[in-house]
Amino acid sequence: MNYTVGIDLGSTTTKAVVLGEDGAVLGRGITNSRSNYDVACQVALSEALINTRFSLIAGEFRALARDPSRAPAQIAALARRFRAEQYRSQLRVLDEELHRFLARLLTRPPGAASVVDRILGRMSAEVDDLYADGARRRSDFFRDLAGSRYLALAEEEARATGIGFDLLAGLFDKAILDVENSSEAAGHFDQHAAVALGGLPDADPTLAAAVARVASMPLTQVGSVGTGYGRARLPFPEGHIRSEILCHGLGAHAMYPGTRTVLDIGGQDTKAIQVDEDGIVTSFQMNDRCAAGCGRYLGYIADEMSLGLHELGPIASQSSAPVRINSTCTVFAGAELRERLSLGEKREDILAGLHRAIVLRAMSLLARSGGVKDEFTFTGGVARNEAAVSALCALVEENYGARTVNISEDSIYTGALGAALFALRAASRESHSSIDAPEEPS
Amino acid sequence: MSPAPTTPTPAQKDSSQVRQKEMIARHFDRLADAPGTGARSAYTFVPGNLTELLLSFDVLPVLPEINALQSAMRGKTAEYIAMAEKLGHSEDVCTYVKSDVGMMKSGNVGPTGQRLPSPDLLLLSYTGCFTFMKWFELLREEYHCPVAMLHVPYQADGRITDAMRAYVVEQLRTEVIPKLEAITGRAYDEDRLKALLAQSARAEDDLVWVLQSARHVPSPIDAYFGAVYYVGPIFSAFRGTEDAVHYYRELREEIEERIRLGKGPVTPDGEMDRERFRVVVEGPPNWTSFRQFWKMFADEGAVAVASTYSKVGGVYDLGFRHDPDHPLETLAEYCLGCYTNLNLPTRIDLLTRYLSEYLADGFLINSVKSCNSFSAGQLHILREVEARSGRPGGFIESDLVDPRYFSAANIKNRLESYFQMLDQKRLGAAS
Repeated sequence: MNYTVGIDLGSTTTKAVVLGEDGAVLGRGITNSRSNYDVACQVALSEALINTRFSLIAGEFRALARDPSRAPAQIAALARRFRAEQYRSQLRVLDEELHRFLARLLTRPPGAASVVDRILGRMSAEVDDLYADGARRRSDFFRDLAGSRYLALAEEEARATGIGFDLLAGLFDKAILDVENSSEAAGHFDQHAAVALGGLPDADPTLAAAVARVASMPLTQVGSVGTGYGRARLPFPEGHIRSEILCHGLGAHAMYPGTRTVLDIGGQDTKAIQVDEDGIVTSFQMNDRCAAGCGRYLGYIADEMSLGLHELGPIASQSSAPVRINSTCTVFAGAELRERLSLGEKREDILAGLHRAIVLRAMSLLARSGGVKDEFTFTGGVARNEAAVSALCALVEENYGARTVNISEDSIYTGALGAALFALRAASRESHSSIDAPEEPS
Repeated sequence: MSPAPTTPTPAQKDSSQVRQKEMIARHFDRLADAPGTGARSAYTFVPGNLTELLLSFDVLPVLPEINALQSAMRGKTAEYIAMAEKLGHSEDVCTYVKSDVGMMKSGNVGPTGQRLPSPDLLLLSYTGCFTFMKWFELLREEYHCPVAMLHVPYQADGRITDAMRAYVVEQLRTEVIPKLEAITGRAYDEDRLKALLAQSARAEDDLVWVLQSARHVPSPIDAYFGAVYYVGPIFSAFRGTEDAVHYYRELREEIEERIRLGKGPVTPDGEMDRERFRVVVEGPPNWTSFRQFWKMFADEGAVAVASTYSKVGGVYDLGFRHDPDHPLETLAEYCLGCYTNLNLPTRIDLLTRYLSEYLADGFLINSVKSCNSFSAGQLHILREVEARSGRPGGFIESDLVDPRYFSAANIKNRLESYFQMLDQKRLGAAS
């Protein structure tokens, strides 16, 4: 089947959205951005295509399943096992790379190779639990999942064997880059799907038929558009590159057609965008030279507090008396945080104040772009943060009155969706122009 | 040692540019020789400059703003600004001022690599920029020379009254001319001033023709980046000179030829092949990354067809010409009509008019950090011009001469987004 893809190469993550010929979203993929943009694009696209195949399998299986009510659970189980296989595949590459870097050390402590083997062995043994039904994972990214476990186990091993923790951590820092920069590390769909199916002996036999049918289905890319901060480096021709302003505007409008104002808080920039009834951008404002108050700021705060990024919002939401914080300078954030803690302020109150400060900065950009019109759509990674959302909703209502505020669970894919829609339109124009073209004289 | 280039030049050099370079080189030679020849010099500002009056006394003008922007293009302002900050000027002070202070403290070596003479007079023509006053206070402390203060009333109501004109003329008679007489030991020569003013008007006619040539589609010039070169002589030391008359006549002939040949404007990469966007620009360019900034437009096929920055030394396209029959009154009228002395509604009117007269697709504002008095209200201008013209505005932020405030990736991102937005609006929902 034919598909178009939009890829949003952001400063923190790279996202891909795959659309069918009817414009329906078939698949989404995300990976953490890295120095090798080509690989980031390939990985995001490959993830989106896997997601697409799972969408197609779900569709096929719903039609074929003997008991359709059990179909979603079986698809979910298949997906978990598939992800576990991907994780195993990446662990194998990590294992090879760790040993490769270890071998290159000028002085290798005796027993270091065995320590690495033990760590990787324990991680491999934990994979089924990591992807068990109901298991909570800290992140979807291999770096985060494997990294946190590797470092914890390395600490144990360092204590037990006397081999330096720094050496083990340094090995991981080097090896993970090669795992991430390989588009092959996560393995192949057919192979993992077969293993995943094999782990579900009680599954409805038609599931295997659906998987086989979809696995053999060729997916043909008929259009692609790249966007995001790294778009100039994307492996697309110049005409296939669109500004993220336009893509976020169109993506938000596609998700919520009533959208007239869009706020996107990404890793290193904040964008306030006004769109018309067709999703065409009419004006926009962005933060200038400084990334104060963007997603990266929250990342920095999370690091300072030794928390996961996803933990900030829930903690801030527990606050009953947010402190007033004026500076959103990322560089000063750590100092501001320590100062407040030393004054005895509660962690949740400080975090609530920090979230409000970010949103206040975004409010300034919204005002400069023309205000907040109805409906208002909030996108970007920060839209997943409940404390930021709550502060934003309160300030929007305070300043502009009641507004319908749209936040999609898939808001992080808004730019990629807009890019995919541009790709679809371009593909459609090209196909129409080829249909309309006069035939060559025989 | 051969002198360094006196002015930045685009890659493709026309004969008018060669002439301009030679004019500027001769001027800086005269300045460098001033301590030996006994020639007098006055430091003064571009908006509201009284070049003909200075030249009628054979006083050589020195323009610190132009020195600052040329220092920026030569990559010198980072060190000049650092030096000024070391002397106690905060990061928020206008970077033209800090560049000038740093240059002064580094030996006052001008853009040609030659030393500039110390001023015999600081001619402070105050036209809408309060910082000008503080700047010259600093220079007065350094040079201990007389200051002639010309207070030009702000056009708060958007018009010039007889009382305003008379007030400026009175100051010219009682403040500026006596001080020029004092430093030169010469009497005011009105006939000489009139002759210079007559030459100004001729050059102004040709300059206006050149700037308005951008009404052609495609435009033969870039009226922002290119115009920076075109306005150089008339905004600096040459208004009223025969050199300026020849320069603008030659420039006009070159542009006439470009139109005849259907050529687009010259860009850093040569001639523009295809004009994709016509834009009006408000605000000064960034000087530290001038070419890079220009290329961001040129790469998108964007041509500035009109700009307000090319009017800071005189809004001649609204009809004003220096009038030799009323020498002091015409200088007063000139000072009062400078772009920096116009109120917000007048600036809005002007931009709206440019959008329509120059068949522009939209307009861009480059808001500079240094210039608080000028940047204030620019977002209001943006909204108002959008509403009146129905054409979209874009907003970018940088600075005049501080390289720390030019974020290339951010500005490029905004410009690309803006031009794609124009494209999308043209194509409509099917784009």
